[in-house]
Amino acid sequence: MFRELWETFIEAVEDLGAVVHFLYRLVVNTPAVLLRVNLVSQQVFNSGALSLVIIMLSGLFVGMVLGLQGFQLLQRFGSEESLGTAAAIGLVKELGPVVTALLFAGRAGTALASELGLMRATDQISAMEMMAVDPIQRVVVPRFLGGVIAMPLLAAIFSVIGIYGAQLVGVQIMGVDAGSFWSQMRGAVSLKDVYEGIAKSFAFGVACSLIAVHQGYYAVPTAEGVGRATTRTVVTSAVVILFLDYLVTAAFL
Amino acid sequence: MRKSRTLNLGTGSFVLLGFAALFFLTTQTTSRGLAIFGPAHYEVIAKFDNIGDLKVGARVSMSGVEVGRVAKIDYDLNDYKAVVILRLAEQYDKIPTDSDASIYTSGLLGGKFVGVTAGGADTYLKDKSEIQFTQSAFVLENLIGQMLATFTKSKADAMNPAADSKAEKAK
Repeated sequence: MFRELWETFIEAVEDLGAVVHFLYRLVVNTPAVLLRVNLVSQQVFNSGALSLVIIMLSGLFVGMVLGLQGFQLLQRFGSEESLGTAAAIGLVKELGPVVTALLFAGRAGTALASELGLMRATDQISAMEMMAVDPIQRVVVPRFLGGVIAMPLLAAIFSVIGIYGAQLVGVQIMGVDAGSFWSQMRGAVSLKDVYEGIAKSFAFGVACSLIAVHQGYYAVPTAEGVGRATTRTVVTSAVVILFLDYLVTAAFL
Repeated sequence: MRKSRTLNLGTGSFVLLGFAALFFLTTQTTSRGLAIFGPAHYEVIAKFDNIGDLKVGARVSMSGVEVGRVAKIDYDLNDYKAVVILRLAEQYDKIPTDSDASIYTSGLLGGKFVGVTAGGADTYLKDKSEIQFTQSAFVLENLIGQMLATFTKSKADAMNPAADSKAEKAK
């Protein structure tokens, strides 16, 4: 049993090494791909613009819940005016990047993984290699970059919609003063908080996209293998996002 | 061609929307829009015995109007005092040299801020000049300590006559 555990551990380290090596290959190929704007732009559309509806709806509801919960809690201390501060700091630093990244892994990550996995299963990737087209450059890097570009933008949109959601509940329904809602928020939120949110969403964007393209590209070329790659994308992304969240938060303290 | 145009339009509007959101976050949710920076400010020094939990970026106000912000907080090992550097907006350049600076608390549990009360001198504060008259932060613990001390003292005074009267009654 001890031996099995050891083997699993060694396998995990091996996987980690493979992912890092894959990231290195992607980064090395990035400058060449950046010149082909159309490829990247299409992937920004696929990962970003198509995830917009789910991100905006979730942001609205998360913000509204924050408004409601925050109001209930702050009312006990007679400081409902701090609702704007509580909602904005919560959204900009934590909820915005983390929830967006989880949704992004579910919406865009799975799409990337299954698309690449199916390409592998239907031998399209081998066909490209036969034609001397580098599949990493033509297919993988644009998808990776699309995710990396889209993720911080999606997180920012999520936070803004969320703040308006909190404002909708707090100010319009619960009757917090609109002036103190915004002015207290401006007094308490510093530029560092916003940078922290951007840094987090960027880190999550790299992690999610990397996991998705790695799982898809090296998927076992069967229907079952593609399915497993998709599932593992979501599970691994979720764990990595929350782990990175802790790291970035600690780095910004 | 047509398809790629709508696609580019979609990508473009998504990126625009994203950057608009980032812009909103940096300018509208933070106090950056109100911050005083660039060449239009000057700095004055004020030394306090105790600054409580005054923080860099706290408000400096005169009669409740924001005239600047706390730029830096340091400790002076020569006079054993806290050195607070106040960054004041250039437009408020006629603050008399004998003005005094005090540290106040906004609200019951709010943060600390520096209140400046104008004096009567004809000379005005310039860059790097020092405010001489300062009043330290109001520290709740000290006040409670003082209150407890006076309370126990008065209680002890009250106890003694009572004990005397009891003794008299027993007689």
